[in-house]
Amino acid sequence: MEKMARVTTALSGTTITGRTMFYHLDAPANAISVCRDAAQVVVAGRNIFKIYSIEEEQFVEKANLRVGRKLSLNFSCADVVWHQMDDNLLATAATNGAVVTWNLGKQSRNKQDQLFTEHKRTVNKVCFHPNEVHMLLSGSQDGYMKCFDLRKRESVSTFSGQSESVRDVQFSVRDYFTFAASFENGNVQLWDMRRPDRYDRMFTAHNGPVFCCDWHPDDKGWLATGGRDKMVKVWDVSTTKTKEIYCVQTIASVARVKWRPEMKYHLATCSMMVDHNIYVWDIRRPYIPFGMFEEHKDVTTGIVWRHIHDPYYLLSGSKDSTLYQHMFNDASRPVDRANPEGLCYGLFGDLAFAGKDSMFGSDSNRKTYGGERRYPIFFFKKPDLSEQFANVSSALNVFETELGSNSMDWFVNMAQQYILTGRSLADLCDHNAKIAKELYRYQVAQTWTMLRIVYSNPGAISSVNLNQSIGKSGGLPLMNSLKELSVALGNETRLERGKAENRQEINHLDSSNPLITANEENEETEGSDVPADYLFGDVEGDEDDLYMVDHENAPAEEHEYILPQEAFQLRHEIIDNPSAPDHLQDKVESPHVSGNEAETVCLTPIESFSLMSISQPLYDAYLPADYFNSLVKDMLHYYAEQGDVQMAVSVLIVLGDRIRKEIDEQTQEHWYTSYIDLLQRFKLWNVSNEVIKLSTCSSINCFNQASTTLHINCSNCKRPMSSKGWICDRCRQCASMCAVCHQVVKGLFVWCQGCSHGGHLEHIMNWLKTSSHCPAGCGHLCEYT
Amino acid sequence: MRVAAASPHSSSLEPVLQDYLTCDQCKRARIKDRRVKIPRPLGQGPSSFIPVKEIVHKGLEDSERQLFIEAFVSTGRVDNVTMVMGLHPQYLESFWKTQYYLLQMDGPLPYHYRHYIAVMAAARHQCLYLVSLHVNEFLQVGGNAEWLNGLNFVPQKMRNLNEINKILAHRPWLITKEHIENLLKTGENSWSLAELIHAVVLLTHYHSLASFVLGCSIRHELDQDGGFTFRPPSPQSCDSDSASNSGSEETVNGSASRDDLRELEILMEKMKLLQEGRPDVEASQEEMATRFEREKRESLLVAPADRESVSPTNLSCFVEDADFGYKDFSRRGEQTPPTFRAQDYSWEDHGYSLINRLYPEVGQLLDEKFQVVYNLTYNTMAMHCGVDTSMLRRAIWNYIHCVFGIRYDDYDYGEVNQLLERSLKIYIKTVACYPEKTTKRMYISFWRHFRHSEKVHLNLLLLEARMQAALLYALRAITRYMT
Repeated sequence: MEKMARVTTALSGTTITGRTMFYHLDAPANAISVCRDAAQVVVAGRNIFKIYSIEEEQFVEKANLRVGRKLSLNFSCADVVWHQMDDNLLATAATNGAVVTWNLGKQSRNKQDQLFTEHKRTVNKVCFHPNEVHMLLSGSQDGYMKCFDLRKRESVSTFSGQSESVRDVQFSVRDYFTFAASFENGNVQLWDMRRPDRYDRMFTAHNGPVFCCDWHPDDKGWLATGGRDKMVKVWDVSTTKTKEIYCVQTIASVARVKWRPEMKYHLATCSMMVDHNIYVWDIRRPYIPFGMFEEHKDVTTGIVWRHIHDPYYLLSGSKDSTLYQHMFNDASRPVDRANPEGLCYGLFGDLAFAGKDSMFGSDSNRKTYGGERRYPIFFFKKPDLSEQFANVSSALNVFETELGSNSMDWFVNMAQQYILTGRSLADLCDHNAKIAKELYRYQVAQTWTMLRIVYSNPGAISSVNLNQSIGKSGGLPLMNSLKELSVALGNETRLERGKAENRQEINHLDSSNPLITANEENEETEGSDVPADYLFGDVEGDEDDLYMVDHENAPAEEHEYILPQEAFQLRHEIIDNPSAPDHLQDKVESPHVSGNEAETVCLTPIESFSLMSISQPLYDAYLPADYFNSLVKDMLHYYAEQGDVQMAVSVLIVLGDRIRKEIDEQTQEHWYTSYIDLLQRFKLWNVSNEVIKLSTCSSINCFNQASTTLHINCSNCKRPMSSKGWICDRCRQCASMCAVCHQVVKGLFVWCQGCSHGGHLEHIMNWLKTSSHCPAGCGHLCEYT
Repeated sequence: MRVAAASPHSSSLEPVLQDYLTCDQCKRARIKDRRVKIPRPLGQGPSSFIPVKEIVHKGLEDSERQLFIEAFVSTGRVDNVTMVMGLHPQYLESFWKTQYYLLQMDGPLPYHYRHYIAVMAAARHQCLYLVSLHVNEFLQVGGNAEWLNGLNFVPQKMRNLNEINKILAHRPWLITKEHIENLLKTGENSWSLAELIHAVVLLTHYHSLASFVLGCSIRHELDQDGGFTFRPPSPQSCDSDSASNSGSEETVNGSASRDDLRELEILMEKMKLLQEGRPDVEASQEEMATRFEREKRESLLVAPADRESVSPTNLSCFVEDADFGYKDFSRRGEQTPPTFRAQDYSWEDHGYSLINRLYPEVGQLLDEKFQVVYNLTYNTMAMHCGVDTSMLRRAIWNYIHCVFGIRYDDYDYGEVNQLLERSLKIYIKTVACYPEKTTKRMYISFWRHFRHSEKVHLNLLLLEARMQAALLYALRAITRYMT
């Protein structure tokens, strides 16, 4: 409470009011600074050096300091700072290496006071001592920091960083003699002004240049640094050991960092390139900005809080030639727009899902977790009067899969047994259909059969057509077969994320199971597995366990967020929902199925069947194969959508030119990459390589040209072969000798992983047919599998 | 047991021609029997400016050896560029890593595009060496041979790149965000931003590498056209070759005329003076500004004498608008584009951040390379040791940037005038702006007492400074496009 009192007194002299507003400058700004009473702001840049007063509704230009006949480079400012003790005193750092001080109290038009040209390179930063009127510190590209006493004509002391350019210097607010300097090589040095010969302490803060640093206004030991490596780090230097206590990862290199007044954990940053926004972070919550100002159209070059005790007004200058005053209340809150949902697979296919409480609605089925007081799952921030924190309570669900229910055996088997090339189309289709049938995937088998009919010689069509038309006229048999199919479909548990429309359809058809609405997204086995239970953590009205963050009342509290450690104790098996196939059946019987293809997209068999029956009367048996292309295309898309990319790619390869031009390159490429990815996850290297080879996309083809290096160890000295020739450069012997014929092996080399002897593939094979020992005579029992 | 194809790189191992020639009898027999023409290397050593013995040294350190081995293994040859750069192994390492990454590692562009871009870039400077090297590579990675017939045979997308190729090669200051926009605007032949960055880095890399190749007069590889001849060796030619070699050495290391020695002494003295602090009165700001202007102006005058274009080569098919060449940044009486202020868009702050965002690994590599070359020094000058050469290096670097219109606010361009003699300026400007006009005379006439390795060092500075200048312009345009 004591602090609160201080704030009011500090602010009582000048009440700060205003709104979000901007002023169009004539030139890009490089830096800005405010005077002590927060009534004026100075803007400096290459071609601008002006003072504006900040009025209630607008900025008003007060003075232009860039005067004179010849505008030398001394006016081209890289940095500007307004003295916090003397309202008439300003200092600028010029790109040509000059440090200039300005006295606003001067009578003449030219307010330039002193000029120090001791630096040889651009001066990046100037900084006044917070308590000492005459002391000015500068840091320059030439690697030196200089301390000037404004009563003298030259610097009092020079500090050498011993290495790289100085990017920022800052006097410690609390410690009279200490200042921090950040360097281009990633180091930060702490200096004691009384010892110009050597730094007090040095630590590597960032990878690459450290562009900025800022001392915490209240806490003596905290220093925030921002670097090119896109990080903001907070260091605790109060003890002898420098500790990194917080780290915020931003999306672009950090150009400026400024602690937010009166808010212990808040700081504002802006970036050097690409990103034009200003972010205010709560460092304890480093993943998402607390507030965000998006007004600027080009990179923000300078940010400053308007008053050292007022956290609600932020001023910023930018390369887009505007000067902004931002009201903190107008800041956008990314948290509000964020999706507080998380989804993660466990090692054995379990799925955890955390989401907003409201998503799950009220449901009698679920077990709430509120009774468990020991494990707060989430935390509230108590609504602050001035700053509305987003209240988020969340629930965590864990879905377990039944053992084997999501087994992908069929995928592996099919991948291995499918034949994609080398025979006639009809043979390939027949073969693949057979494989599919053996694995109880009747729909797929049926599709292969149809493809054979469609694309092989037209003579074969008629007989089948006959069959189909019989089926059609009979009506009943068709329905039956469909039923069978859909049952088969339902039992196939496929890994897929359902399309939205599918889901909805299913939902309104099956109102008995409202759960589905909420959880469709997280089921891995759509249509067959429905989660029957969740875990839920509820901490409403349970404030003892919450971590309250209340800046108004307890600004100094040091709460850390603690993640719940055991959130999921209860686990329930997900039971197969026997009703799933019924949805499909319902759907089949719905009256509008036959007409509209788009609506029946989830049921290919119907499509194909109806297609056959319709096509027959129109074209008889003389249909060109091309006629079906668009249907086949739809079919492929359907399979891909369903997650069965294997089918899509296999058909694509088997049909080759017949269908390829129908589907745009990018889609094909996408399918191929997904399929190859899947194959590689199942370690089906050979199959994946075959697919790569057979693909017609150039970008896929080059996959197996990448990373073809194989690192080997020398078989003699067992050390890595660094030069990739035949001779090991350590033991100077030919490395890959055949143990049987004693020749160097070039080409296929097979070796035993036990004793590392080996040789020509054929030699070893022959050898091991007759003997079980290693041909090299090492006594190892080798085995060829 | 497991089967694996353990066939180490069997890619085209360069036939060592000299080995074929060892046995005279065989040779004669062959010629007699089959009338096979025996190719013979033209000239010795990787560079025609630098005598072989300067470059090939026996006692290589292990790490240096490893570098060459690495180069050989990954490309199947140790090309002449690598040999010459081997004089500065510290730099070679980082150069190699970068080039290898640009060409061989994962990146947004397909391999054959990369090599074709290299060909396009090198062709702008009529650098036959690089062109034929990358034509081969292009074919090897499965490029369409038809493309090699010229720019009219490549996809529109590639042809669109030609505009910025031209500009970046000769007048990088002309590149604007409209150029970038044209390439990126959606359509059939559009580039993605990541692809474009890759392409821009490749273009600037090969423009400046062409400077290096021509500046050091790198000889053609033995297996390239122009690297060998079928003419039987005639005693005269052999002699003349060695004679010219020794002749050049004489001018470089041999009898030192007193004048040249004095030049060196003066240079050293000037550097010392400048380092101790300027003896002359503080130049006024105005004066500083005019000094930059004067340096820019003066760079006009140091243009090489012969203006006629180099003999037309068969590279014209890769070049459109061949007349577009370097034009002096500031001609009197013409509207010049505003000077590029290094402080407003620097590599360290802005360029790096942008590249790193779009093509991550490369930003790091380039940053490292620029740093290595900028800080590379052996503290020697000619026969003197323990010299702080940072002033001289900075003067060279800034002069090159000045030629391309980039100005450092915190640099006194008067230093350039004091430290760089006229013949050196001529050489720098020629190699940086129109390397195809470099002659041996120019190479010999500057820095007569300096070692060849030091001249190569200069060429490295040239290469990198030029690359950075062009990159800065290109990246600034891209930044402007993005905002």
